[in-house]
Amino acid sequence: MTKVLVVDDSNSIRDMVSFTLKSAGYQTVEAKDGKDGLSKAQTSDFDLVISDVNMPNMDGISLCAELRKLPNFKFTPVLMLTTESSTDMKMRGKAAGATGWLVKPFNPEKLLSTIKRVVK
Amino acid sequence: MTVDLSQFIPSFLEESFEGLELMESGLLDLELGDNETIHSIFRAAHSIKGGAGTFGFDNVTEFTHLVETLLDEMRNGQREIHSKDTEILLESVDCIRLLIEAARDEQDYDHDKIAQTSKRLTDTLGEAQLIDDADSTNSVVKCQGCGYTITFIPSHSLAQTGNDPIFLFSALAELGELTVCANTDDLPALMDIDAQELYLSWQLTLITDADKAEVIEIFEWVEDECVLTIDSLPNIVDEAPIQTLIITESSNIETDIESDKTEVSEQKNSPDAIINQPLSTSTKAIVVKQPDNDDKKKIVKNKGKADLGSIRVGVDKVDNLINLVGELVITQSMLSELGNDFDMANVERLTSGLEQLLQNTKELQESVMRIRMLPISFAFNRFPRLVHDLAIKTGKAMELVIKGEQTELDKTVMEQIGDPLVHLVRNAADHGIESSDIRVANGKPEKGTIALDAYHQGGNIVIEIHDDGAGIDTKKVLEKAIDKGLIDANATLTDSQIYDLLFEPGFSTAAAVTDISGRGVGMDVVKRNIQALGGRIQVESTLGKGSTFRVNLPLTLAILDGQLVKVGTETYIIPLLSIVESLQVDNNLVNHVSGDMVLYRLRDDNVPILPIYKLFNLEAQCTEINNALMVVVEADGQKIGLMVDDLLAQQQVVVKSLKDNYQHVGGISGATILGDGSVAMILDIPGMINMALEQAQKAQRLNNTGNSSLVAENYA
Repeated sequence: MTKVLVVDDSNSIRDMVSFTLKSAGYQTVEAKDGKDGLSKAQTSDFDLVISDVNMPNMDGISLCAELRKLPNFKFTPVLMLTTESSTDMKMRGKAAGATGWLVKPFNPEKLLSTIKRVVK
Repeated sequence: MTVDLSQFIPSFLEESFEGLELMESGLLDLELGDNETIHSIFRAAHSIKGGAGTFGFDNVTEFTHLVETLLDEMRNGQREIHSKDTEILLESVDCIRLLIEAARDEQDYDHDKIAQTSKRLTDTLGEAQLIDDADSTNSVVKCQGCGYTITFIPSHSLAQTGNDPIFLFSALAELGELTVCANTDDLPALMDIDAQELYLSWQLTLITDADKAEVIEIFEWVEDECVLTIDSLPNIVDEAPIQTLIITESSNIETDIESDKTEVSEQKNSPDAIINQPLSTSTKAIVVKQPDNDDKKKIVKNKGKADLGSIRVGVDKVDNLINLVGELVITQSMLSELGNDFDMANVERLTSGLEQLLQNTKELQESVMRIRMLPISFAFNRFPRLVHDLAIKTGKAMELVIKGEQTELDKTVMEQIGDPLVHLVRNAADHGIESSDIRVANGKPEKGTIALDAYHQGGNIVIEIHDDGAGIDTKKVLEKAIDKGLIDANATLTDSQIYDLLFEPGFSTAAAVTDISGRGVGMDVVKRNIQALGGRIQVESTLGKGSTFRVNLPLTLAILDGQLVKVGTETYIIPLLSIVESLQVDNNLVNHVSGDMVLYRLRDDNVPILPIYKLFNLEAQCTEINNALMVVVEADGQKIGLMVDDLLAQQQVVVKSLKDNYQHVGGISGATILGDGSVAMILDIPGMINMALEQAQKAQRLNNTGNSSLVAENYA
């Protein structure tokens, strides 16, 4: 089963992403910020990471950069959740090793069709 | 697959309100160069915007976008933080709150206010931003052709960002017919291959009606890591595929389908017209889709409303509860084992078991009540902003000091005390604090202080609103009261009686009615609201030093400390908080005045005696005033003596609302179930005073001989 790490400080968005993925047959693990996400990534493998950018403690960009340093996460797709206003955020995400991004607002259909571009 | 988004809306709303509070308190504390605060404010705005967009609150997204942009400029150091900008942002926080509340309640909102604030925000952001926005919305998507040849040469390190060309190709294949041709020219010798690198490149042919933009979007994530060329295939324009395309697409449009078909057949012979056709058809398809989206939004909104509010409870409180329930289960099993083969030798064990049960129940009750208790900071946290705004409006320098914000209070009481407190703080700012020059002239610090304090006292919570302002001028209050005909010109009143005049309906000492306070809904409403919660309000003041308004409230409305009394066959409950004393009537102190009115001389007061049996039309054992038992109670600053047959126990009772289960009954505030299973009514003291007043007035109208001033003095 495809295992996804969902990192977002907003409960509602995190619940929504996680619920959508579970309904589509993915297995999910949730983390409430970058730091939490990193510690979960250090103890388990994932097939995909979906992370918000703006978070307290550790933001999504730093999380991505940290993940790429872990041997298990060298090729793991990492998608950033961004808003349309942050074009330079996309570039910073890419520079930190992010695979791609999902622009907020998104609906469950868009989420699922997007992640199909990086995992089976 | 469809996911019902409405289930996440309550949590989005809760989160947004928290975010708004964070923004507000952050903005109030914001100082130049405080990067951490501005970051957290930005994050909160950003989250609200993201969530609002996802859950379909587009007006919130649109508005918050402006706020976010402004905050972003501050965060990046492009803009210095001026107090003017902070004011606009505070106003914007109000607007976002307004929008979210409107979305939650499905109500309309003040469009003018939003539009005005939006304008101020866009003005602040300047022209550049506007042009930016216009550009992005004007980019019209056009169908460029009917197929593409794509050359895709990825960089060797492409896979190291988690991208895999195979997924790109399958995404392309979803758009139409895809032919993939791999180029292996760059493949090194087997020995030189690095397994982590990518050496292939591809030549792709895609036959599709999709826009070029859609194709580019698929390569969006890798465009900076590859050489990509996408060329349209001009030769593919062929009548047959386009014609079928048009028909299948327009078959979605039920009403226009006939006319569309004729158009197609008419245009068949003209290639130019056919090429133009897809554009118009696709716009129609979009129009048809629109109602669909609207429907979805409506459902989402409807479901969001079903939320009855939630409480966030600390884990320790829940754990404690579980622990207590565990103990209760142990006691219960012990008792049932005892009951299996009971003989009198075990009576002692039974008694101790029952005692344990009593203890468990009491602790359980307390724990459950504690779940409804929230720190009063929930009510206090709106005041920093209020005082900030009041300082600007009145032009007086003042600061707010908050103490005891962790003091806990029942959620219901908290919700209802908010408005009276706002009123009291407004009064303190408007009437209490003097302007800086007057303060300095009187040797006081230039900045006035308003202090909020909360603490527990017995079973009550006390909330104090203190200001170090001018204090209450008793002479002025007295003059005004005489002027308004509230009291007799010759009356002599104590200071506290004079302060009580402030709570009389229609009383206002402000020389001019200002925008802030003194708008008719005066202190009488404050007092009534507090009394409705079973509380009371006291005033202390020293001229020139300041005033303190002290609000005394029960911790919860669900449980009440009561005195059980007997009248005839009925048991009534008098709230302990309202009881002054209980005594046996001494006939020498009883005065019969006009009509049925009987007064009792209690030290300095004349207390009207109210026989409960008469008020409620009951058969009582004791109808003689002489030597009767009387409970003196106080409400609205008015004392009355309730005549009862007998005083029973004092106990805590659980209040059941009569209004919810039956209907409002005059003189009764609720009911409870006693230990023996019988129902007892809880007396509503202010309500009873009103009833007695009405009866007295009726009697007086009939007699029309009585001493009117006496009645007025005692019941006013």
